[in-house]
Amino acid sequence: MADILGADVDEEGFLVNLKDWTEEIAVEMAKGDEIELSKEHWDVINFLRNYFEEYQIAPAVRVLTKAIGKQFGKEKGNSKYLYSLFPYGPGKQGCRFAGLPKPTGCI
Amino acid sequence: MATKKFMYLNRKASYGTAYAIESLEVVLIAAAFEQDVSLAFIDDGVYQIIEGQNTDGIGMKNFSKTFHALGDYDINKLYVSAESLEERGLTADDLMPLVYEDEDDDWAEKTSVKIVSNAELSKIMSDQDVCLSF
Repeated sequence: MADILGADVDEEGFLVNLKDWTEEIAVEMAKGDEIELSKEHWDVINFLRNYFEEYQIAPAVRVLTKAIGKQFGKEKGNSKYLYSLFPYGPGKQGCRFAGLPKPTGCI
Repeated sequence: MATKKFMYLNRKASYGTAYAIESLEVVLIAAAFEQDVSLAFIDDGVYQIIEGQNTDGIGMKNFSKTFHALGDYDINKLYVSAESLEERGLTADDLMPLVYEDEDDDWAEKTSVKIVSNAELSKIMSDQDVCLSF
């Protein structure tokens, strides 16, 4: 099995054990996708982690967009903004960096 | 795409079988397709949305928290059988306070849970395009 900084990941690069997550792992995963994590990235990553903690699921993109807009300002509550941060999809790529499973319903 | 009315019937308690969590996952996936979705809790299914669930002793994920996310997914019609509650010695106060924010009413928080008689419930069911039983 592949690993990132010693933490096992599945064939799609998602953490196998959610408890293994550290900020360093997120940075390393992003580096692998040629992304340098900015404060805006961390806002979304932390939001995803908090949402998962509260509801035990990763939010669907539609739910994420609405909630980000509400929390960080309307100009950020759209998929264009989120895709500019996470070109492989805010759900899929964002959740992977956040150490969460692939969102339910994400294909 | 035309909108269809989907109802998911939940008849089993949360743990012990996979019906409850499978139903919830299908509901969340279906929500992505922006259909008219409602849930019904009958028989032991009423235990799924009971307040204060704790799964520490059985080593399973406590997915009752996920019901609180349904409002975000525009799923705000949760019908609970009054008879099923009563047969189990339960009342509305034993259920989780599940709410949604009403977009058309300045995002006011409103309850998603509605307790109905079995007669009312069968009327609501006959009004659906699709009923899926878990």
